Amino acid sequence: MAAIWSNPDFQFVLWAMVKIVVILFTMLTVVSYMIYAERKIAGHMQARVGPNRVGPLGLLQPAADVAKLFFKEEFTPEGANKVVFTIAPMMAVIPALVTFSVIPFGPQDAFRVTDVNVGLLVFLAMSSLGVYAITLGGWSSNNKYALLGGLRSSAQMISYELAMGLSCIPVLLFAGSLSLMEITRMQGHWWFVATPFGMLAFMIFMITALAETNRAPFDLPEAEAELVAGFHTEYSSMKFGLFFLGEFANVITISCIAVVLFLGGWNGPWLPEALKFLWFFAKLGVLLFFFIWIRWTFPRLRYDQLMNLGWKVLLPVALGNILLTSAYLWWRAQG
Amino acid sequence: MTPALFIAFGAMLVIASLMVILHRNPVTSALFLVVAFCSLAAIYLLLHAEFLAMVQVIVYAGAIMVLFLFVVMYLNLKHDVEHGIHLALRRGAGWILGGVLLSEALWFFGRHWAAGPLAPEEAMATAGNTEAIGRVLYTRYLFPFEITSMLLLVAMVGAVVIAKGRGPHVERGRPPQGASGAPAAPADRQETA
Repeated sequence: MAAIWSNPDFQFVLWAMVKIVVILFTMLTVVSYMIYAERKIAGHMQARVGPNRVGPLGLLQPAADVAKLFFKEEFTPEGANKVVFTIAPMMAVIPALVTFSVIPFGPQDAFRVTDVNVGLLVFLAMSSLGVYAITLGGWSSNNKYALLGGLRSSAQMISYELAMGLSCIPVLLFAGSLSLMEITRMQGHWWFVATPFGMLAFMIFMITALAETNRAPFDLPEAEAELVAGFHTEYSSMKFGLFFLGEFANVITISCIAVVLFLGGWNGPWLPEALKFLWFFAKLGVLLFFFIWIRWTFPRLRYDQLMNLGWKVLLPVALGNILLTSAYLWWRAQG
Repeated sequence: MTPALFIAFGAMLVIASLMVILHRNPVTSALFLVVAFCSLAAIYLLLHAEFLAMVQVIVYAGAIMVLFLFVVMYLNLKHDVEHGIHLALRRGAGWILGGVLLSEALWFFGRHWAAGPLAPEEAMATAGNTEAIGRVLYTRYLFPFEITSMLLLVAMVGAVVIAKGRGPHVERGRPPQGASGAPAAPADRQETA
């Protein structure tokens, strides 16, 4: 028995497992309270109160929501592709969770699962897998509204993924590394968002982030006014819950990446080294509020406006930004 | 632990690849191909080729297969049933090519069946193989690299030209502001389809 505990492989796996469980439960809590925050903020923005019945200030509302979802009837439409119909909601959550393994929440080893030297690529890879959930969910439901929602989302996510990837490149040019840990360290004195190139890249990144997570004003895949509920029309109970969870988990993941790439990660003044991770969560909170704020402020884009914005505005601007950044770095290297 | 992981992902790769060609539903086949790509990426990771692994997922699983799936799904292909001379020809060609491939493989395995080390012992420097690949790509292989990108550009322009069609501009009955440019054309067609 003692031999097992001192085995380095075993210790490695155990330590990773502990971190995964901690991250998973933190994530679930943050997601449920983000939903609460969204409803509360939406309420106040529309001169309502928002949920206030379950518990003090409605704070137990998320628990009630989850319990309700669990006890609802699980329904699979006739003519649906059963296997794909079941896999799709899982595909919505898994990529978002995998990305958390490379995000450094604080300067110490304990605050990250792993530091691979291609951390940013892991994020891009996982966000490119996210499109499967919606496409497959929409197709397998055997429902025309769901199919249209899935169709729209595939086109939207593929288009905006490109601009998102390109908007990260100026950061890479400055940092000279794909490791998220290294990128954070490079911003010890000067966050990337404070440079003109970084500012532009940050704006492009945030717009594409809204589109990648299918949040308003880019929520065409669900567009309830035209498509009933879009790709998740036929989903009920916890399968619907997983899509919901996936959307919010994606918002959190993408905000974490934005914090690391542009807002200096855990860097910040005053706090001692051991508490630096609080800076990370403060910045994350600001970005999450930004997502909710945008959603209840802007109307939804029309489909052709969406495509024009992605291909004719964001993509050329992101490419130009890369050129300018490279030119600036070359000029600086020349002295 | 590495050999165990290698065997697990290798088995997953072989089974998924077999399912790609054996399953009769095209969508399921496409999904198994995604699984195959992901297990291949995991094997790259075990070989310390992190950059290659991630690019494998981004390009193949994330972009190319999504488009594949898109086409397969919306063409509404049923189970593939074929009859007559086409099937016979295709079967024959398949058997011949398969036989050639098998004999080639047997010949190679018979000559030198010496597997390299499972995972290279010398771990890459912290900069990793991303930098190494970039350096080689932009010095030694600069010309082929640029030629490949030109080729892709030509293919893209060709696709746009074919999608737009010849002759006068066709009005597609969309709002006037959305006079769509070239890149948006495929998506517009999907929307109106």
